[in-house]
Amino acid sequence: MLTEDRAELKPSVPEGMWHKCKGCEKLVLKEDLKRNSLICPKCGTYERMGSWERIELIADKGTFREINGNIVGRNPLDFPGYETKIEKVQQVSGLNEGVITGYADIGGIRTAVGAMDSNFIMGSMGSAIGEKIASLAEFAEFYNLPLIIFSASGGARMQEGIVSLMQMSKASFAIKKHSDKGLLFISVPTDPTTGGVTASFAMLGDIIISEPKALIGFAGRRVIEGTIRKKLPEDFQSAEFLMQHGFLDAVVKRKEMKSYLHKLLLLHGGK
Amino acid sequence: MSAWDRVLKARDKNRPLPLDYIAALMEEFTELKGDRLYGDDQAVVSGLAFYKGRAVTVIAITRGKDIEENIIRNFGSPNPEGYRKALRMMKASEKFRRPVIMLIDTKGAGCAVEAEERGQGEAIARCLYESATLRVPMISFITGEGGSGGALALASTDEVYMLENAVYSILSPEGFSSILYKDSKRAKEASEIMKITSDDLLELGIIEGVVKEYDDINENMDKVYGEMDRILTDFMTRSEKLQIEELLEKRYERFRAFGKVLWQPEL
Repeated sequence: MLTEDRAELKPSVPEGMWHKCKGCEKLVLKEDLKRNSLICPKCGTYERMGSWERIELIADKGTFREINGNIVGRNPLDFPGYETKIEKVQQVSGLNEGVITGYADIGGIRTAVGAMDSNFIMGSMGSAIGEKIASLAEFAEFYNLPLIIFSASGGARMQEGIVSLMQMSKASFAIKKHSDKGLLFISVPTDPTTGGVTASFAMLGDIIISEPKALIGFAGRRVIEGTIRKKLPEDFQSAEFLMQHGFLDAVVKRKEMKSYLHKLLLLHGGK
Repeated sequence: MSAWDRVLKARDKNRPLPLDYIAALMEEFTELKGDRLYGDDQAVVSGLAFYKGRAVTVIAITRGKDIEENIIRNFGSPNPEGYRKALRMMKASEKFRRPVIMLIDTKGAGCAVEAEERGQGEAIARCLYESATLRVPMISFITGEGGSGGALALASTDEVYMLENAVYSILSPEGFSSILYKDSKRAKEASEIMKITSDDLLELGIIEGVVKEYDDINENMDKVYGEMDRILTDFMTRSEKLQIEELLEKRYERFRAFGKVLWQPEL
């Protein structure tokens, strides 16, 4: 194994081109990983996808149009250092906030799409994410579009305190409004989706699907382990665990995600 | 009074609990049990009662008075079946056109293996979702602790009030400080910046009003009941004047307005 790794480490290749797989711990070329939808070509482990990668995965080429891209949050609690933190994360991630929203064609079917990004303060939901999700659902309701949201979130944005909590109701209310018009909402909680996002829009899809082994839950694993003073089984709160307990419709492989979504859209009368 | 002093007051074991308010303000309270799906969660107490001669639905999340009752009530932390019981009661109120009155004292939703297996997230989400369009007036009082999504599930209503020394927060100060400072012992410090007191939340527009406690709540319960009674009566009168569609629109806008955001100028 060691020699294999060494053989891959050609001295002329700069370090930044390699990625260490979190599954098999082998080094893979970032380019190969990207070409393989962020799935390790050696062991099949899924790496987390960012918002734009997610959109590229499911949208017909060149059809995505972003809406409300300039929405940013504020500092309702005057939390010390929050603005500086946001600015820094914006620079590093190249994102304005933890979700990208807009619309795209999926196999030719016009769909409102949201994709959260765990690289932005763990995709934690503050006022900006709440506003973008609610606006997206209202947009979809206004234009009679089906709605697909990929969630990825550690929960509430602590720095925005109670205002973050209110986003759960705000987003859920907008989802209800969209639903009452007879429109389809497919929720795709991805690795990891926990806390306030799980306890609001991520669990409100007409159909809820996920990817293999994605972590989805309400309470954090460590919190529960601390309470019961026991180690939890590895598959606890995995997508497979949720499906087994009746909270997911299907676990869909990443490379089949687009065709699966397209099929669902067709089955709901998408044209 | 510091925020931390209020946290301690909210958690005080002698503090009046939701069932005390129900006993004082309602007549013929009739408890109805079970979620019709799995079980009966005693952290949530629900039923019917007369308020000033009018049938209402009452739903409470409550801890216990002593250790025995706390064990039965899971220390005020509902499992999914508690939220599903609450939801069942809400839907029944809609059918029979009864206003919904909710009282909340919870550290938060239960964190346990069983709660995850039975879909804690889904159970809370469904309460928020259905609250959006429940076609009857809804009002909530946070009487002690209002912990996170577990409290919000019963507080996505037309109007929300807090007792003066109640607290309402995204997470317990202990949880908040362990996430942000990686140290749960800085809870006191965290509580001061979290904006969890009734004054702070009134100023932020999260709640409609505060019920005064007059230094020692236990010595002044008659005044406290009187104040809550006035709030309830006013709410009933106000909401009865509205068409249901208007009420729902106001409820939607109430939550839609939280966390107004800035748009960075387009380049």
